Amino acid sequence: MLRLEPRKEPSRLMVWATPPAAVLLTLVFGMVLFAALGKDPLRTVEIIFVEPLLSPFSRAELLVKAAPLVLIGVGLSLGFRAGVWNIGAEGQFIIGAVAGGAAGLAVYDTPGLWVLPMMCAAGMLGGFAWAMIPAILRIRFNTNEILVSLMLVYVAELWLSALVGGPLRDPEGFNFPESRLFHDSATMPILIEGTRAHVGVLVALAVAGLAWLALQRHVFGFSLKVMGQAPRAARFAGFSERRAVLACMGVSGALAGLAGVFEAAGPVGQLVPGLPAGYGFTAIIVAFLGRLHPGGVVLAGGVMALTYIGGESAQLEMQLPAAAISVFQGMLLFFLLGADVFVNHRLRLRRAPATESA
Amino acid sequence: MKLTRTLLAAAAALGLAGAAAAADKIKVGFIYVGPVGDFGWSYQHDQGRQAIEAALGDKVETTYLESVPEGPDAERALRQMARAGHDLIFATSFGFMNPTLKVAKQFPNVKFEHATGYKRAHNVSTYSARFYEGRHVIGLIAGRMTKTNTIGYIASFPIPEVVRGINAAYLAAKSVNPDVKFKIVWVNTWFDPGKEADAANALIEQGADVIMQHTDSPAPMTVAEEKGIFAFGQASDMKRFGPNAQLTAIIDNWAPYYVRRAKAVLDGTWESADTWDGIASGMVAFAPFSERIPPEVRAEAQAAIEAIAAGKLHPFTGPIRRQDGSVWLKEGEVADDATLAGMNFYVEGIEGELPK
Repeated sequence: MLRLEPRKEPSRLMVWATPPAAVLLTLVFGMVLFAALGKDPLRTVEIIFVEPLLSPFSRAELLVKAAPLVLIGVGLSLGFRAGVWNIGAEGQFIIGAVAGGAAGLAVYDTPGLWVLPMMCAAGMLGGFAWAMIPAILRIRFNTNEILVSLMLVYVAELWLSALVGGPLRDPEGFNFPESRLFHDSATMPILIEGTRAHVGVLVALAVAGLAWLALQRHVFGFSLKVMGQAPRAARFAGFSERRAVLACMGVSGALAGLAGVFEAAGPVGQLVPGLPAGYGFTAIIVAFLGRLHPGGVVLAGGVMALTYIGGESAQLEMQLPAAAISVFQGMLLFFLLGADVFVNHRLRLRRAPATESA
Repeated sequence: MKLTRTLLAAAAALGLAGAAAAADKIKVGFIYVGPVGDFGWSYQHDQGRQAIEAALGDKVETTYLESVPEGPDAERALRQMARAGHDLIFATSFGFMNPTLKVAKQFPNVKFEHATGYKRAHNVSTYSARFYEGRHVIGLIAGRMTKTNTIGYIASFPIPEVVRGINAAYLAAKSVNPDVKFKIVWVNTWFDPGKEADAANALIEQGADVIMQHTDSPAPMTVAEEKGIFAFGQASDMKRFGPNAQLTAIIDNWAPYYVRRAKAVLDGTWESADTWDGIASGMVAFAPFSERIPPEVRAEAQAAIEAIAAGKLHPFTGPIRRQDGSVWLKEGEVADDATLAGMNFYVEGIEGELPK
């Protein structure tokens, strides 16, 4: 008989083996799904996972899709390590985009090189401020930051649609709820000519590098790890929980806000109600898929982006329904969380009768 | 020698031009904002896609991408389609406007058609339907059928198309029932069955016994059926969701237009254009009238349909005042398309403020 036994300490092997295992299981069950839908399973998987890597266009689009996921995911993973659960990155992303976008629109008639940096600063400030609401409520009144930050996502969405339908609406836009297109000096410089890959990709990589340094080489990173793994020890060591909550929420909020500005000033080029495409939520998956490690988050962001880009190609070429792709992505998270059991538990084979009597 | 080369070049150029003008087989792509199974807006566009296949057979191949959000992903979806060798791409939601124009600039040889937008280019056409003509007809029916004199209206976004629909329906209902009142709920979404059902319930609680919707899911129809009141289908025939509730439905019949445009690309006669068709061309059609509508009301509605089709009746004919009491159209004056396209005010008699 099979049974699960708790391990004395988490298995290091399993920590790194489970994500690839989850990807593998997703592939296998995904192929079963595709076959059940009457599509050639191998060809479908090839379209989703291999072909996007072969064309320069898809590679650039991968960067466009992965950059915000990495940027937000890295910020979130810092807090998740310390037990600070910022679930509302989507809201901070929106407020960042709104703050940065509004700043850019406000100076529409006076373009200049300073416009984009100012928008980024405004966006980071916006995301930061939005994240401070759950942070301060938690340290002052011990509220649950998961709920507060999540609820604030919906408030942020309403702010966005109110603003693009009102003060920020395009004056020549026939009342449609959209801002005007940003001025050229308020849009992200393009990294690869002829594609949508913008300099935000480099920023995301740099941020991941900085986060790695902070975790490896700085006492702040160390304090986060201790707080997450041994809260009591952290208290004895004099690490302040309040400071960690403020820092983690602040950093992840500012990074989500920055991702929001990049998205508005990059691929979209204006403020629209459809701007939030779920990056803030997907980044939570990315953070866990990447094992809360900055390098892992970069990889996980790439894999997640791959399923989106490849999923679209599969829809086009194989006429696969969009819902099948969503199921496929859901499987990935399901198997990852399922496989996580083996990090802290081991599977033991036991002879049932013997154990009953013993 | 030089002459030969020139001749060769000319021949090549002619050959190329010929190839560009008419094609043997074309690939047509569709981008939908919702799932093809929404039984409303996207479903109806997909019916049009299937009509192209049925009409042009092996001269055409069609593909689609469904549930494409109107955000940063739209441009990529359009580009992927353009790169995949499509000759004609239909972007079937307003939010795809700027992405469509961006992609069209980079693929000058691909033809684009954008639904309900207002920006065009040499390879980008726009098209939409005069849904307000349909709203006029259902407004007449609603005004006759309501017992509580209260009509509930589930509205999506305060854009001209939706405001136009409310005004057209209200004016028509008022013309046959001076006591009629409209209750309007803005749900700020095109497709959210949960929100739409909530809105329908709220309207019914406020006394509405006829529901109109300008959102895409059949959820309000289902609620109307449960509560035993009347409703109108949106975009497609929603009778299966409300066999007793549905009085009729405004049907977006894109098929003839889609077939025509695909043929034009095949023949090499496609040109950028702005199309705004209504009942006359069949782009706006109706589901069969319910047996529960009394015969004289049915006759009245049918007469209105015929009058609009014949160009004898325009739903916006003066005298009409704006909500603030100022005169919009004088006696006998007919609204011009430019004002209709940018309509951002309620007509007199509608209560409540238009969200800005």
